[in-house]
Amino acid sequence: MSLTTYVEAIRQGIWEEMEKDERVFVLGEDVGIYGGAFKVTAGMLERFGEWRIIDTPISESGIVGAAIGAALMGMRPVAEMQFADFISCAFDQITNFAAKCRYRWGAGVPIVVRGPSGGGVHGGPFHSQNPEMYYVHTPGLKVVCPATAYDAKGLIKAAIRDPDPVIYFEHKFLYRRIKEELPSDDFVVPIGKAAIRRTGSDMTVVTYGAMVHAALEAAKELEREGIDLEILDLRSLLPFDKQAVLDSVRKTNKVILLHEDTRIGGFAGELAAIISEEAFEYLDGPIRRITAPDTPVPYSPPLEEFFLPKASDVVRVARELYAY
Amino acid sequence: MAETQVKMPQMGESIFEGTVTKWLKKKGDKVQRDEPLFEISTDKIDTEIPSPASGVLQDILVKEGQTVQINTTVAIIGDGVAKPAEGKPETQEPPAQAKQPSRPSGPPPVAGPAPTTRGEKDEAEEAEHEHIRSSPLVRRIAKEHGIDLASLSGKGTGINGRVTKRDILSYIEQGAPAVPPPKPVEAPKEAPPAPPPMKFTGEVERVPMTAMRKAIAEHMVMSRRTSAHVTTLFEVDCSRILKAKEKQQAEFERSGVKLTVTPFFVQAAATALKRFPIVNSSLEGDTIVYKQAINIGIAVNLEWGLIVPVIKHAGEKNLFGLAKAINDLGERARNKKLTPEDVKDGTFTITNPGQYGGLIGTPIINQPQVAIMGMGGIKKRAVVIDDAIAIRPIIMLSLSFDHRVIDGATADQFMAEVQKELENWPV
Repeated sequence: MSLTTYVEAIRQGIWEEMEKDERVFVLGEDVGIYGGAFKVTAGMLERFGEWRIIDTPISESGIVGAAIGAALMGMRPVAEMQFADFISCAFDQITNFAAKCRYRWGAGVPIVVRGPSGGGVHGGPFHSQNPEMYYVHTPGLKVVCPATAYDAKGLIKAAIRDPDPVIYFEHKFLYRRIKEELPSDDFVVPIGKAAIRRTGSDMTVVTYGAMVHAALEAAKELEREGIDLEILDLRSLLPFDKQAVLDSVRKTNKVILLHEDTRIGGFAGELAAIISEEAFEYLDGPIRRITAPDTPVPYSPPLEEFFLPKASDVVRVARELYAY
Repeated sequence: MAETQVKMPQMGESIFEGTVTKWLKKKGDKVQRDEPLFEISTDKIDTEIPSPASGVLQDILVKEGQTVQINTTVAIIGDGVAKPAEGKPETQEPPAQAKQPSRPSGPPPVAGPAPTTRGEKDEAEEAEHEHIRSSPLVRRIAKEHGIDLASLSGKGTGINGRVTKRDILSYIEQGAPAVPPPKPVEAPKEAPPAPPPMKFTGEVERVPMTAMRKAIAEHMVMSRRTSAHVTTLFEVDCSRILKAKEKQQAEFERSGVKLTVTPFFVQAAATALKRFPIVNSSLEGDTIVYKQAINIGIAVNLEWGLIVPVIKHAGEKNLFGLAKAINDLGERARNKKLTPEDVKDGTFTITNPGQYGGLIGTPIINQPQVAIMGMGGIKKRAVVIDDAIAIRPIIMLSLSFDHRVIDGATADQFMAEVQKELENWPV
């Protein structure tokens, strides 16, 4: 069997759902003729036609607004943000409308808003951000951040089938770097369930997205020193798998919270509060965070390199925490 | 090479300082781990402290009579090959002549640094005031296993000597002693020597109060100030309980329990307390707090003061259980082996003002309780029964009660219940 890349896994997931369910359609900038800026929708126009693969004007607010309207009329739209950074243009549509419809009048808005997020590709401040926390802070939404090809496919399918708005952040650094063999059956990854990527006993690294791979790399190096990391991939941030986090922390008694997003208001802060509230007496050391600093993502490659958390940061903090 | 710092332990939650009352070893003496090293006196209990390590008592930093904060280093135990101490000979002074003025008296358990005694050498100031570093997890494990973290002092392998999960788990694996660490059995069985005659060096001799004395003084005055004390007196015929005692004595002794009259009175009081829960209450502001558990404190007179260990759940124990508990608590009180737990949570107290032949006393309530029962001496007296004069062993009981919550009628009904129980004891 052949290996499937992360980006191909997303494409397959959308494709399969479109084959199965004619209510599913894609809209966004350059998704049709061009096949999407990152080729997530390559070949779809030919297969599904221009009524289901819709090239739109450059207006994220319009894209999401149209998607919400279609969803309320019974469709299952998948809206692409060319870069996740531009989702802010649709902020009002997402947070004030889509997120609140079910609460206000019982109407589910089954849209998926997906887009490439994250740095590491020298994209500069407008093409490298991790905007997940704006949406994690909005009750009524679901937010997922897959780290593997399997999850990328399983979560896009789950997101399309979900009766409520799902914000799907795919990490562009992983698009063609991550490959794996995927099962041929029709699988989904449930939203809200974490996955243990590595079982360990000395401390837990709770992370998601591209940082899962940084943690795995660090774990390999630390293993040689006899430091045994457990790596928990959240996969979904809203809702998130609180039980999995608490179970792992209660087992290892030390925890590092790792994300590529900036520090203040990042998901690590929320996790730290929950761990402190619910597992305080299981902690054998301080809760440690590894995040990007509180600055825009720099364009300069050396600065970007400095900005992004990496395996060596995990190694350093893990050593400190191990000795604590 | 390896030096172990001996710390002033924390003997109870609200205790912030302790007084070294006696060094059981001299400088240069060999000590074994867990061998009694010194005696301390705190606001709550007096106890012996075992040595945390084996080696040679290299230095004594806190002298007898001196009061220091918990976790202060009081001595150093070395491996015996250590360099001789440099020009700081420690002279040991008998406690009775303690010249070191103790800390000026004030409310004992005050948080914050206690003023260091003036005129001390620098050692005490130099001594570390460091707490034992650990983590929430380590503290929870310690609590679950009844481990005093002080016993892991110097054993932490974390940063700055922090006690880590690995440290405490391996400590438990190696068979950690519970609090307080068990000591080699030694029987301080010699009869307590009579207090030495006072040696006067002038017209008067000024001796600072011990921590225990201060605590008693403060508690007594506080109780008088708090409660509206009233005392009622009852005479009780002890014929039946003495018969019962005689009958059961041998049987109890076979199980290693000495039977005195006290457990009979404890049991009678427990029965009456169940009927009159107000006597087992306390007052918090405008609220009367009734307590389900009947925990009866027994005042134990010690050469060096007075302590009230508590029989927990006395209401649920039979005569044997009570006798055993009283034996155990009395023994440990006299051997300075009570733990802070032993003196906590009393709901009623029994004291024995008659043990040296006194007719009866009117005790002061042990706050925050609302009543205390005194037992006089049992004496054969001529009493009139059915218009005949009979000779009966009679005891006088007193009940001092807090008139804020208990009225005289209730107090008397309570005592009548105690009397009824004792006079109708099944034989």
